[in-house]
Amino acid sequence: MYEAFFFLFALAAVGFAVNLVLQNHPIHSALSLIGVMASLASLYLMLGAEFIAAVQVIVYAGAIMVLFVFVIMLLNAGEEERTNFSRLAGTLGVPLILVLLASIASIVYRIAPSDEMVRFGDFHGRTADIGRMLFRTYLLPFEIVSILILVALVGAVVLARKES
Amino acid sequence: MPEITTAHYVMLSAALFSIGTIGVLTRRNVVIILMSIELILNAVNINLVAFSNQLMNMSGQAFAVFVIVDAAAEAAVGLGIIIALFRNKETVNADEIDLMKW
Repeated sequence: MYEAFFFLFALAAVGFAVNLVLQNHPIHSALSLIGVMASLASLYLMLGAEFIAAVQVIVYAGAIMVLFVFVIMLLNAGEEERTNFSRLAGTLGVPLILVLLASIASIVYRIAPSDEMVRFGDFHGRTADIGRMLFRTYLLPFEIVSILILVALVGAVVLARKES
Repeated sequence: MPEITTAHYVMLSAALFSIGTIGVLTRRNVVIILMSIELILNAVNINLVAFSNQLMNMSGQAFAVFVIVDAAAEAAVGLGIIIALFRNKETVNADEIDLMKW
């Protein structure tokens, strides 16, 4: 049951991701990215990470993607024309990416305990535990990250402001 | 049906990371490059949540929250830069942005 759903959502995530890179129009890529986010949220839910799944849908598929779609419409960016696609990138880059993936895979199979089963439905990450951890163990990183997002907010306003 | 191990999740993460890298390297539209970076950050999150499940430790999920905040900050600043760029250069193609090219 869980195994079938894992393969379903994993294949959906990879398929949407490939579609994201291949699409010519930015709005189609944005829709594919929403598909990736939704598939990953289902995978998180199966791993017992309920809070992360909810945040994935609300923050990623909601807020960040609205920002992306808004900017795409603001720029009125049409289809990307594919002139002089670098031949070097095609003949050299794609095999090198496959080599990167293969080396990551071999390292994973060497160091990951492959007999360790995933605990489907056995492990529940309760939201209260995450909150307690964020405000006790990781209080300093939490404060630093809140300053980071404040700086990003002010920076985005300054960058997008019309110069007078 | 084979049993699902943590290695399966790590492999899915590696696949998404590689696809995102291909997107960053080959696409011209800066909006799509930014979306590929979001894909790479999501690949990190899969690892964190999968190992949180394997080790039965909530630290991985706390760090996943930090990664999501990072992604939001990156998207806000990146899209601000794209708007400023479009206002000055009238383009969203990465190969036409050569102000600092020597």
